[in-house]
Amino acid sequence: MQQMQPARLFKSMLRIRRIEEALADRYAEQEMRCPMHLCIGQEAIAVGVCAALHPTDRVFSNHRAHGHYLAKGGNLNAMLAELYGRATGCCGGRGGSMHLIDLDVGFMGSTPIVGGTVPLAVGSAWASSLKQSDQVTVVFFGDGCFEEGVVHESLNFAALHKLPVLFVCENNDFSVYTRRNERQPDRPIYRLAEAHGMAAFSGNGNDVEEVLNISSEAIDNARLGRGPQFIEFRTYRWREHCGPNFDDDLNYRSTQEIESGMGDCPIASHAAELTLKDASFSRDIEKYEDEIRQEIAAAFEFALSSKKPTSEDACGKVYA
Amino acid sequence: MPELDMKKRTINFSEAIREGLDQAMEKDARVILIGEGVPDPKAIFNTTAGLLDKYGKRRVFDMPLAENGMTGICIGAALGGMRPVMVHQRIDFAILAMDQLINNAAKWHYMFDGKATVPLVVRMIVGRGWGQGPQHSQSLQAMFAQIPGLKVIMPTTPRDAKGMLISAIEDENPVLFIEHRWLHPIKGTVPEDYYQIPLDQAEILHTGTDITIAAFSYMAYEALSAAKALASMGISVEVLNMRSVRPLDIDSVLDSVRKTGRLIVADTASRAGSIAGELISQVVENAFDALKACPVRIASPDHPAPTSQYMTEKYYPGPNTVADAVVKLIGADINPIDYANLLATLRSDRPHDVPNNKYSGPF
Ligand SMILES: Cc1ncc(C[n+]2csc(CCOP(=O)(O)OP(=O)(O)O)c2C)c(N)n1
Repeated sequence: MQQMQPARLFKSMLRIRRIEEALADRYAEQEMRCPMHLCIGQEAIAVGVCAALHPTDRVFSNHRAHGHYLAKGGNLNAMLAELYGRATGCCGGRGGSMHLIDLDVGFMGSTPIVGGTVPLAVGSAWASSLKQSDQVTVVFFGDGCFEEGVVHESLNFAALHKLPVLFVCENNDFSVYTRRNERQPDRPIYRLAEAHGMAAFSGNGNDVEEVLNISSEAIDNARLGRGPQFIEFRTYRWREHCGPNFDDDLNYRSTQEIESGMGDCPIASHAAELTLKDASFSRDIEKYEDEIRQEIAAAFEFALSSKKPTSEDACGKVYA
Repeated sequence: MPELDMKKRTINFSEAIREGLDQAMEKDARVILIGEGVPDPKAIFNTTAGLLDKYGKRRVFDMPLAENGMTGICIGAALGGMRPVMVHQRIDFAILAMDQLINNAAKWHYMFDGKATVPLVVRMIVGRGWGQGPQHSQSLQAMFAQIPGLKVIMPTTPRDAKGMLISAIEDENPVLFIEHRWLHPIKGTVPEDYYQIPLDQAEILHTGTDITIAAFSYMAYEALSAAKALASMGISVEVLNMRSVRPLDIDSVLDSVRKTGRLIVADTASRAGSIAGELISQVVENAFDALKACPVRIASPDHPAPTSQYMTEKYYPGPNTVADAVVKLIGADINPIDYANLLATLRSDRPHDVPNNKYSGPF
């Protein structure tokens, strides 16, 4: 397992945050014309889990994929170009924000049909097991997704065949604007996974070191042939379900709740912790901010100066 | 369109649906409304707004993300005496419920010798524009319409929306009510009363004698714009708003084709295996002698809808696609200047991926 330095965990979270903030700022220009689901507030899960993976391990994701893609090492230029619908995008413009892929770093794909990629991750792990490779496959999904039948079919099969797969449930309590208690009885999600016959953990998804520790254990288990692993991480989505804005005006959650959710910021708390250990860390933060700013500016420049595909480019690739 | 002897005013398609639901729920306590987002602040593009307050939690509810299971549960509720209306914000999510829809809802009445019925309505919304892409904008009516036992309708005008929704709710069969997202903001005259529009009858939107365009859903508006513009060139187009996909109102199409001798079918789906193809084969089987030219399909190309705004420009046929097809099919001496003017009139100044200038995404 490649343990990441705490500072690298921090920088990786900060980078995802700043990239998504930049996307939010520029969305109003009406040039990114695709639905976009931001993971602002939830960065620690993507970063902590991916930090525990080998580069050759595989990740599948869902509609809220930016953080997972970036944490696994996905190419930033190709992601931004994809959001701008350009030919240099990771799907050549065919996909947009909800369909990201970067096979060079084991990011296997993300799609917006809730639950759609969960069995794919199980299949990927099955392939690894049939080939006797030591790869682990991870799939990220939400608490809403856990309601889908296909998830339970997948958990069952993974447990039956003891497959090297890690299921990561990001529990932010919402499915669009519907709270979990209106969709599920009061019982912990991870305990249901456990009942399917696999090791299951839960933890604070806003504490990146905790995420890393739990994921490391789970991923080691999976790699050592101990079968599928399941982790439920608690977290909070700051912005609207789909789109760049805050959605306080919709009144489906109280201002107090939003404030307390935002108060539990995975990045701020990690910064505080690191600064406490080493006062000079605040200077490092400045440096990271600078590097990230430059990287983002260059990526936007790349995307916006990239070639625009045409309707003629839309027709190929239906068949291999 | 026959004048209805009822009070009328102008509302949009979304409001017409809301009103239809409201009146059906008011009239019949067995009607219940289920769907992901039904009671949320956005209220399924405002089509379910206020209904929770009015009818309460026992009749209006959100659901877990469990499309297939919830469909089966709604079928069971229908068998148990309720009249469920289920909603999917995208038709693409209804694919997860294919098993229950096709194996149970569609077959129940038949396989048990007519002893039971499944009065279920499933609203499915076809997305388009602003990067809806390959998994959020499919137009799958033909796929559902292949199944005997399902009724599949595509209301077009706000008046259709309310009247056909009420008919669907009163129908004893499973009815799939397919709404095109771009219809939601369109306004039209809608009676205030509780009224029904049959689920198997096309209507003439524009009368003409030179050519028939049988159009489905949003394409009926595109065909109507083309027909109005073509009239300025002396070309007389008959536009049929088909309204139903299964059953198809083949008689109305045959009547029109016998008058005009030419047929274009405008569909919202991709071409191969489309309902446009089915309609043309039925016309060829029944009125081959009336045809002066080979019928034409207007549809999307046979590849998934890409997301990029630059790649969707030609994906969806528009009024100029329709006008082009008409001119080509008629093949008369058409003055090139007139024709260029016509295409200029039909050209729109709004971005091609929004239904009107009020939209700024995401949606
Ligand atoms: C099969 C399916 N049903 C419904 C939707 C609409 N939808 C998109 S995201 C979403 C909420 C998912 O909630 P959750 O899994 O908790 O993920 P989160 O958005 O909270 O990250 C829903 C219902 C969909 N995309 N696919």
